[in-house]
Amino acid sequence: MRALAWHGKHDVRVDTVDDPGIVNPRDAIIKVTSTAICGSDLHLYDGYIPTMKAGDVLGHEFMGEVVEVGPGSTLQKGQRVVVPFTIACGNCFHCGKKQFSACDNGNPADNQDIAEKLYGQPMSGLFGYSHMTGGYSGGQAEYVRVPFSDVGPIIIPDGIEDEKVLFLSDILPTGWMAAENCDIEPGDTVAVWGCGPVGLFAIQSAFILGAERVIAIDHFPKRLELAAGFGAETINFEETKTSEALLEMTGGIGPDAVIDAVGLEAHGFFADNVIDQIKVSTFLGTDRTHAIRQAIIACRKGGRVSMPAVYGGFVDKFPLGAFMEKGLTLKTGQTHVQRYLAPLLAAIMEGKIDTTFLISHRMPLEKAPEGYKLFHDEQDQATKIILKPGMV
Amino acid sequence: MPDMLDDERADDAPPTTAKGSSSDDGLTHFSRAITINRPPQDVYNFWRDFTNLPHVMDNIIAVDVLDDVSRWTAKGPGGTQIEWTSRVTEDVDGALIAWKSDEDADVFNEGRVTFVPAQGQRGTVVTAVMAYDPPAGFVGRIVAKIMQREPEVQLRRDLRRLKQLMETGEIATNVRNPAQLAEEGK
Ligand SMILES: NC(=O)c1ccc[n+]([C@@H]2O[C@H](COP(=O)([O-])OP(=O)(O)OC[C@H]3O[C@@H](n4cnc5c(N)ncnc54)[C@H](O)[C@@H]3O)[C@@H](O)[C@H]2O)c1
Ligand SMILES: [Zn+2]
Ligand SMILES: [Zn+2]
Repeated sequence: MRALAWHGKHDVRVDTVDDPGIVNPRDAIIKVTSTAICGSDLHLYDGYIPTMKAGDVLGHEFMGEVVEVGPGSTLQKGQRVVVPFTIACGNCFHCGKKQFSACDNGNPADNQDIAEKLYGQPMSGLFGYSHMTGGYSGGQAEYVRVPFSDVGPIIIPDGIEDEKVLFLSDILPTGWMAAENCDIEPGDTVAVWGCGPVGLFAIQSAFILGAERVIAIDHFPKRLELAAGFGAETINFEETKTSEALLEMTGGIGPDAVIDAVGLEAHGFFADNVIDQIKVSTFLGTDRTHAIRQAIIACRKGGRVSMPAVYGGFVDKFPLGAFMEKGLTLKTGQTHVQRYLAPLLAAIMEGKIDTTFLISHRMPLEKAPEGYKLFHDEQDQATKIILKPGMV
Repeated sequence: MPDMLDDERADDAPPTTAKGSSSDDGLTHFSRAITINRPPQDVYNFWRDFTNLPHVMDNIIAVDVLDDVSRWTAKGPGGTQIEWTSRVTEDVDGALIAWKSDEDADVFNEGRVTFVPAQGQRGTVVTAVMAYDPPAGFVGRIVAKIMQREPEVQLRRDLRRLKQLMETGEIATNVRNPAQLAEEGK
């Protein structure tokens, strides 16, 4: 089959690789009809994530048609499914608590060592996202092997096009969980740092969950415009002093809840060596670790901090004093995607949530390397790129 | 394993986690615990049938159960195989299995695994405590070279595979297809 493989920094290629097949009883093979490039993929592209190997197939946001099932799968050939990016078993203690991204069993035994060493306990497996999270082949490919297919994928009824449901695989549940983690109360103002896909879905979700006001912060005009389209007030941090503006816009109180949807995914993955790597790059030039610090300082006393943004290791100068003295609460984590699939699919079908506004580009899988370059270089215009293996 | 049961300890922590722990029996000791979301009896039953263990223990090629002993074949260095005979020294149904290899085994080893109901209906806490004798002689030195760091790594991975199989009915793997699985010799 054809698949987008990682070969090194800024080097991704569409290669011909072995077809996937059923290995474990609960597996299914999915023929991919649509897959997306994620902000998280850019960190692989930029070479910040360790434990990548040349030839690794990328992609954790994908959907398609079931073409083969193992004896333990409950799926049927021909069904259309969206696959969660978190690989969770449904049987362990954490799955029982619906903490799917903490699943004990989704990550192969040998691969768990790295995360256990770094974090104390290993996390679940993820598709197409380095060997630390399992080394699984991802979905930017014609076919994918999907483990635990009896509990992960959600079946999509006929008649709903791919583009309406594809983002159930990651960014829509991620934005939703980010807003849910704000424990929104009537009258609340929620401030959101970052108007990428995650931030934009968090903004939509915050309004649905009852926020009275949402203030969106970014520096890309196009992205701020999309935020405004949902009713958010905007702050362009290049033109405005964000902290001062937030204080004044909230009558001196500060936002009741703050969301960091910026992140610095690679910051400190394997502490020292990677920090050094980052320091010599231009990545810090955008001052991205600034977001979580600024959010904590801006948040009102007794407020809530929600952090969907991904961090890998250690962060310098974390404002722990402000966090403690103001009595803040922090909620975070890789998204428990499986928890949100059914309610969010229902919300999409009822027309309560729109996802298609985000898509700026559609390309054949063969053009994936161009897609990565575009998404990397033109963040303002390229808000989300969809790859279609069947497209010519 | 005399000093595994040492009760003159300053706290309640497992003896193998003691700082600077060195045993006076010359053996290398290590331990690991894992919680498995199944009743103790189920996990005990799986373990007690030693022929099941090669499925979850990567280094073990085969186990033959004879009358009152079992014969173990494991991967050795450079594609070789090592073998030993092992005897069950203690056996409490649903709760505990202890074993000891023949004194003259290439790698003398002994161990004990307990199956204790976990708190809060979380299933079973499986704790394995093992000890082995870094072997002498030429072959011994080669064996020791890999064994000295390997057994602990191996134990934690084996326990994870045991948990995966007991909880999910399968062992997680990232291979793309059965051919790759065969290549890895599984
Ligand atoms: N928790 C999860 O499970 C999960 C899932 C998906 C993505 N993520 C993470 O969420 C984060 C956002 O993802 P995305 O796909 O939206 O990424 P993205 O790169 O498309 O968006 C990030 C946005 O933040 C803006 N930004 C940068 N610095 C800023 C600052 N100082 N203040 C305000 N805005 C700033 C950028 O201009 C950009 O628009 C990433 O860290 C990603 O890895 C987490
Ligand atoms: Zn993603
Ligand atoms: Zn699980």
